Amino acid sequence: MFRFITRRLLQAIPVLFVIITATFFMVRFVPGGPFTGEKAIPPEILKNLEAHYGLDQPLWRQYLNYLSQIAHGDLGPSFKYANRSVNEIIADKLPVSLELGGLSLLVALAVGLILGVLAAVRRNTWLDYSASSVGMLGICVPTFVLGPLMVLYFSIHLGWVNASGWYTWTDRILPCCTLGLVYAAYIMRLTRGGMLEILNQDYIRTARAKGASEVRIVLRHALRGGLLPVISFLGPAIAGILTGSFVIETIFQIPGLGREFVNSAFNRDFTLVLGTVILYATLIIALNLLADVVQVWLNPKVKFE
Amino acid sequence: MPSTTPPLRTPYLAATDDQRGTSLWQDAWHRLQKNRLAVIGGVLLLTLGLLCIAGPWFLRFSYQEQNLDLGATSPSSVHWLGTDTLGRDLLVRLLYGGRISLGVGLCATFVALTIGVVYGAVAGYVGGKTDAVMMRLVDIIYALPFTIFVILLMVFFGRNIILLFVAIGAVEWLTMARIVRSQIMSLKKMEFIEAARSLGLGNRRIIFRHLLPNALGPIIVYTTLTIPAVMLLEAFLSFLGLGVQPPMSSWGTLIKDGAEKMEEFPWLLLFPGVIFSLTLFSLNFLGDGLRDALDVRSAKD
Repeated sequence: MFRFITRRLLQAIPVLFVIITATFFMVRFVPGGPFTGEKAIPPEILKNLEAHYGLDQPLWRQYLNYLSQIAHGDLGPSFKYANRSVNEIIADKLPVSLELGGLSLLVALAVGLILGVLAAVRRNTWLDYSASSVGMLGICVPTFVLGPLMVLYFSIHLGWVNASGWYTWTDRILPCCTLGLVYAAYIMRLTRGGMLEILNQDYIRTARAKGASEVRIVLRHALRGGLLPVISFLGPAIAGILTGSFVIETIFQIPGLGREFVNSAFNRDFTLVLGTVILYATLIIALNLLADVVQVWLNPKVKFE
Repeated sequence: MPSTTPPLRTPYLAATDDQRGTSLWQDAWHRLQKNRLAVIGGVLLLTLGLLCIAGPWFLRFSYQEQNLDLGATSPSSVHWLGTDTLGRDLLVRLLYGGRISLGVGLCATFVALTIGVVYGAVAGYVGGKTDAVMMRLVDIIYALPFTIFVILLMVFFGRNIILLFVAIGAVEWLTMARIVRSQIMSLKKMEFIEAARSLGLGNRRIIFRHLLPNALGPIIVYTTLTIPAVMLLEAFLSFLGLGVQPPMSSWGTLIKDGAEKMEEFPWLLLFPGVIFSLTLFSLNFLGDGLRDALDVRSAKD
């Protein structure tokens, strides 16, 4: 197993390298820079700014400087927010995004797993059909439709929670439910499929013949195998939740990293864009690796290749 | 002595209905028809498609005709779905937006299909080291946070609609390549391919005339499931402001406008949102139905 992990980590390095390089050159080849905003800045000040941030040096030198900077863990200063470094901004906003993502994941898992198991156990009954319909709803109604609709109903119409913001604990409810429900749909479908396959197996028949109760069969025997497709889905899903928070954060005005990333892309804030991209890419790679390792641990038949 | 027995004449028996064989496609069509949800999805899709293509010609209002005195009005007998804040009729904008959204869905899927099929077929057929390298490339690209790249691409290189097709297609071809590759690899070992090879057929002919037509099943299924994914991605980009530019409207931009103004004018969000979701529903049900119909080995559940 350690060879596998080491190999994957080694493979991750060129991937990260490609990402950093591609993003670095892409942001710089674009019309407009961080300081060409609506207000025209006098050329002397522009020159000073560029010298201060090292933007006047030849491109390859900037690139090498940046690489050595990253190697020391310093993601550079933010261009748009004067006197704040990217590390600072990320340290500020990342916990918010993580909280949003974590709670949404909990909602998704709770709703998805329960509905999926119920649908599989009570197959082809009204419970199955309604659960599958809710599942399909989550897949087809995107977050940016569901979010505003939920705000419209629960916040404006009923007045139960605030429409936006991230202050009290009640503010967490709508965003996490919106984001969670979409992923709950996928998890529900996968769980249902996995459980159906397992429940047809002979060893389940044996357990039933031996007189085990349905609850025990599901919880102790079927769930282990049935959860496998969910685990392999969770890797990309967590990545999706992290990136899907762009939209949720915009709708609900949450001060998280996703919104910051999109704004920085619009603002041509090179270092912040690069910093966020590196962060997301690292997280995604790490999560995929974790999902693969967990999968092998749960199911010895899937060997490490 | 020449044979004098008269030649045997057996009457030609036309195959009766229960003796006539069926092909894979006929079986699949039969099974698809029995799946009610898929049929509903298909019919709904066709209706929406026809409405979007032909509808705007029959309606009085043009999609960019503004009526600033009117402002946003709720559904009425003149404007069936109401108007937006600039006085533009929502129904026409919705149908016109449908053209764009469906168009982007189909075109980008076509891009993804072409690239993915060729890549996957070559990788699967050639096998060996080339295949390993090609698949490694796919894995690496798969690991990249592509949503981020698409956003960056759209922000930086402008909101060209062709770029939109290419960017979205570039994200979706990967899974298509994987599916085609696994299909080709399992078909490659069959005897009819060996026969084709011993007949001296060239590689390109084998791939395009023999392997790919037999791999069409999963390709069709996955294409039908890629279209909603593409439409979702396009709507997502529009929501972030990176999609098509006004006065052109896609469903994504309509939803974005609706979300911004939904407190006073909820219909601006409801109608586009419902139509969008309905389309995705139909596509997904149709795709699922096709998958069940075409997969000869799947257990009916």
